[in-house]
Amino acid sequence: MTALMEVRDVGKSYGSVIALREVSAVVDAGEVICVLGDNGAGKSTLIKILAGVHQHDTGEFLVEGTPVRFDSPRDALAAGIATVYQDLAVVPLMSVWRNFFLGSEPTVGFGPLRMLDRRTGRQVTKRALAEMGIDLRDVEQPVGTLSGGERQCVAIARAVHFGAKVLILDEPTAALGVKQAGVVLRYVAQARDRGLGVVLITHNPHHAYPVGDRFLLLNRGRSLGCHDKADITLAELTRQMAGGAELEALEHELRAGQ
Amino acid sequence: MTTTETVARPDERLASTRILDRLVVRPEVGALLGAVLVFVFFSVVTEQFLSVGGVATWLDDASTLGIMAVAVALLMIGGEFDLSAGVMTASTALVTALLATQAGWNVWLALLVSLVFALAVGAFNGWMVLRTGLPSFIVTLGTFLALQGLNLGVTRLVTGSVQVSGMRRTDGYESAGSVFASTIDIGGTAFPVSILWWVAVTAAAAWLLTRTRFGNWIFAVGGSAPSARAVGVPLGRTKILLFMGTAVAAWLVGSINILRFASVQANQGIGLEFQYIIAAVIGGCLLTGGFGSAVGAAIGALIFGMARQGIVYAQWDSDWFMLFLGVMLLSAVLVNNAFRRRAERVR
Repeated sequence: MTALMEVRDVGKSYGSVIALREVSAVVDAGEVICVLGDNGAGKSTLIKILAGVHQHDTGEFLVEGTPVRFDSPRDALAAGIATVYQDLAVVPLMSVWRNFFLGSEPTVGFGPLRMLDRRTGRQVTKRALAEMGIDLRDVEQPVGTLSGGERQCVAIARAVHFGAKVLILDEPTAALGVKQAGVVLRYVAQARDRGLGVVLITHNPHHAYPVGDRFLLLNRGRSLGCHDKADITLAELTRQMAGGAELEALEHELRAGQ
Repeated sequence: MTTTETVARPDERLASTRILDRLVVRPEVGALLGAVLVFVFFSVVTEQFLSVGGVATWLDDASTLGIMAVAVALLMIGGEFDLSAGVMTASTALVTALLATQAGWNVWLALLVSLVFALAVGAFNGWMVLRTGLPSFIVTLGTFLALQGLNLGVTRLVTGSVQVSGMRRTDGYESAGSVFASTIDIGGTAFPVSILWWVAVTAAAAWLLTRTRFGNWIFAVGGSAPSARAVGVPLGRTKILLFMGTAVAAWLVGSINILRFASVQANQGIGLEFQYIIAAVIGGCLLTGGFGSAVGAAIGALIFGMARQGIVYAQWDSDWFMLFLGVMLLSAVLVNNAFRRRAERVR
């Protein structure tokens, strides 16, 4: 069986700076892969390659078995790879349904008299959100009145509705409180259950562990390995992510200083 | 499902004040309230204000300003300014007048060429703003100054004076005049046809803004350009078309003016660009883009017209108009600000 999306030994450098080196990972349908790493580990570079913002220099990037190289985010979207960025998700002053359909508005009529199909827009938005378990009574309210977690959920529901096969989430829980983060993770699980391959970028192993099936650890542009959930515990994941031995040395040093 | 718990909270709060919320969130409500106040005030204070002749006068005053304010409002909702809009009304009139009176062209042909000229200037404004990434305030300030110089320079070069007149003798003046500058008799008073143009432009803009895909894109590019681009809204095309829209509105106003007065001063239109922006802001447009209404801008222009003529009827010094304008603008901005904070309340 070919994987939904796969990277083989991809690398990327910006001038003389090597941002990513020989990273491999597989994303299957109905599976959540978490990309973990500290700041500067190469997480952003990896998702930018997947999302079509940048192109990889070395290695292979396969979507459903075919090697690809996206020129723009639109290309990636056309191939079924939708990316939800932390801040780029929505236009706050626009209503929920207008945001939901932004760029793919339903219309009725012909030629110069083609109008927005507002009724369909509202109904479909409400239904699509309801299917994801988001119950908004009023899809006319501005997205700005929603909480951060709810905005992420609208963006996720949008990606799911418009037929994304792979959903890339860039730090969806970073700016959120504990409760809100939980809500977002629940929708991540929903998207997975509907057969999407999910790539979840985070630096919080506590958010990654409950929802992830596989964990790709990055450090200084290199892969520290890709672990199945069965092979790794939360404690070990946290330890490796924080730099393992380095952290222990630091702990030792701090204790000695007391 | 338990997931609804966190979502339902703001819902319940919304439900209790829902009708009020719906009303208050509309951008034109403040302007409408202001218009009613101004209307009632001058109706009581002066006698001519409510007479048929009086109504025709302030509607006329509001009409050409309103056409521009509506176009400028769309551009502002799209997140940009056009400072060249005022002087464009003179430039287009001058192009038409020079071609008709000096080159002896048919007025209709001259109008067509000045329309093409307007579209070109609008497209240039938009293209420059997108290409350079500079604020449109600066780019269109440049166009504004350049056009101002061109208007005076070319007019003086061709005619030897700073005005072009003699439109009445040109071919097609009658038929073009009937479209752009005729009057309609209601109750023995002549209402200029520009009022109809104003209503038509407002209706078309309101429809475009709230009922079409393009309208959705206008809100999106003004509200958050990166988000709009990320979901595939053609940002460049949307903004360039908006700049071309204000230019076409300026052409319409310029054509109305030249056909009505049969002459045009080369220094006309300077300073009007701020009146357009003020009318749009009074009508509920945010200076930062992404929020506003075409109907609101039209009401903003109506307030302008009513106040300007009302002050004349009340026989006050016209200096007071500026004070009034300042107060109106400040209160409009304060009200708008409150709305925006409301819309972005929870983060």
